[in-house]
Amino acid sequence: MIELKNVKKVYDNGITAVHNMNVRIEQGEFVYVVGPSGAGKSTFMRMIYREVLPTEGTIQVADFDIVNLKRKDIPHLRRQVGVVFQDFKLLQTLTVFENVAYAMEVLEKSPKQIEVRVKEVLKLVGLEQKAKMLPNELSGGEQQRVAIARAIANMPRVLIADEPTGNLDPETSKGIMNIIEQINQQGTTIIMATHNADIVNERKHRVLVIEDGRIARDEEQGGYNFED
Amino acid sequence: MKIRTFWRHIKEGFKSIGRNGWMSFAAVSAVSITLLLVGSLIGIVSNINNFATDIENDVSVRVYIDLAATDEIQDDLADQLVALDSVEDVTFSSRESELDNVKGSYGDTFDLFEGDRNPLHDVFIVDTTSPEITAEVAQEIEGMDYVSDVNYGGADADKLFQMTSTIRNVGGIIIGALLFTAVFLISNTIRITIFSRSTEIEIMKLVGATNWFIRWPFLIEGALIGFVGAVIPSVVLWFLYDTIFGTVSGFLSGTTFALLPPDPFMYQLLLGLMAIGVTIGAVGSAFSMRRFLTA
Ligand SMILES: Nc1ncnc2c1ncn2[C@@H]1O[C@H](COP(=O)(O)OP(=O)(O)O)[C@@H](O)[C@H]1O
Ligand SMILES: [Mg+2]
Repeated sequence: MIELKNVKKVYDNGITAVHNMNVRIEQGEFVYVVGPSGAGKSTFMRMIYREVLPTEGTIQVADFDIVNLKRKDIPHLRRQVGVVFQDFKLLQTLTVFENVAYAMEVLEKSPKQIEVRVKEVLKLVGLEQKAKMLPNELSGGEQQRVAIARAIANMPRVLIADEPTGNLDPETSKGIMNIIEQINQQGTTIIMATHNADIVNERKHRVLVIEDGRIARDEEQGGYNFED
Repeated sequence: MKIRTFWRHIKEGFKSIGRNGWMSFAAVSAVSITLLLVGSLIGIVSNINNFATDIENDVSVRVYIDLAATDEIQDDLADQLVALDSVEDVTFSSRESELDNVKGSYGDTFDLFEGDRNPLHDVFIVDTTSPEITAEVAQEIEGMDYVSDVNYGGADADKLFQMTSTIRNVGGIIIGALLFTAVFLISNTIRITIFSRSTEIEIMKLVGATNWFIRWPFLIEGALIGFVGAVIPSVVLWFLYDTIFGTVSGFLSGTTFALLPPDPFMYQLLLGLMAIGVTIGAVGSAFSMRRFLTA
């Protein structure tokens, strides 16, 4: 469902973030992306939702040919790929409910549809009781759960998480991981970059180790080990 | 676009204006001043144009009789004029009545020209059968003895048309510069809005909102600034023109000249100003979106 062939990314400043990368990820897989800082993990993931265009090679995501994707078709790709970040990116003036609903409103979903689906995803992330609260009244873990709820509100086929637990304590991180695994069990492909060795070692999934812009190892049920 | 979406965009546009209160105010003011000048200029040029057309259609030739002409010579000249083919009517206006006319338009300042000091000539007012031949007749009369000068509408009309075009050119440059400033200010306002909403825009893009969905509120915000900026000068021009029309029409009554009546002229002008306002607003906002909302 996602396939990168001979992908290379050179940024405008001349830095080559990704060298000749070949990866294939099937629908429904759970993939950890690990490796040292600056190895190219974020670049790899940004290319999947076309935040960054590869310099060479081809990328296929579902039915989308990323390199030749027309600008007007980018929104359609983005609807298939949910994204969460380390820093949540919530709208501070909107309530929890509104933050999640926002993602659906901008796709012109009907108020009825929105009402039903937002309640559903807030229940999934365990925040139905806090729907009326503002982000700054929530803990970091709760804010990340809102961000996840928002990312999956439109039922994307892939969820990309770039260090989603990077700002959270181990206990809170476990809660987030439970939610992400639950989303994976519903059939959503998960691609998650992380520096959290405990998570990778305890909850076994496929591990992509990226070092120096290259796939250093690619193991089913791998662990968190690479040379820093 | 769904109706729900339409209202959402309008609401967002209004919200933005409120959020950037001072910038919006500055932009609205710039548009107001620009459109006040644009509107005044259009009002002036249109009326001068209208005057010129009136003059052009005025078929009479004014023949200034040489001061040396005796009564007999004047009678003789009148006969010659009446004899011309394309002349319909000849009336005499003495220098005294000419002076009275001048005083009628300019006031008693001309009192000192009373009696022997009167600098004006006796005049024959020659009506021609049609406006097209006025110039030809005037030329013919100019060659006659004891004719000091000949004056007909066409000459004045030419001068007025020339004046109109000068005003239009100078005004055009000033208005162009002002419009540019207004567009720049609006685009700056929208740019600030875009920055203040950068997280929202980022999220909209991430979840797959279309580019047009993202753009509409900013376009509406710009258009609204332009529209509100057009309403203020429209109201001012409305009252101003109404007053001027009331006053000047009194002076012009009995002449062939008239100001353009407020209905429909003012309606057309105000509608035009609204259209210009909305356009520069939308252009200004499109301008900043091109730079900050691409990809
Ligand atoms: N937008 C960018 N412009 C230029 N260089 C970048 C940009 N983003 C990342 N890089 C560089 O590319 C390399 C890989 O970065 P990144 O993909 O963020 O790595 P990681 O997520 O593994 O830490 C780094 O050297 C980084 O400095
Ligand atoms: Mg990174």
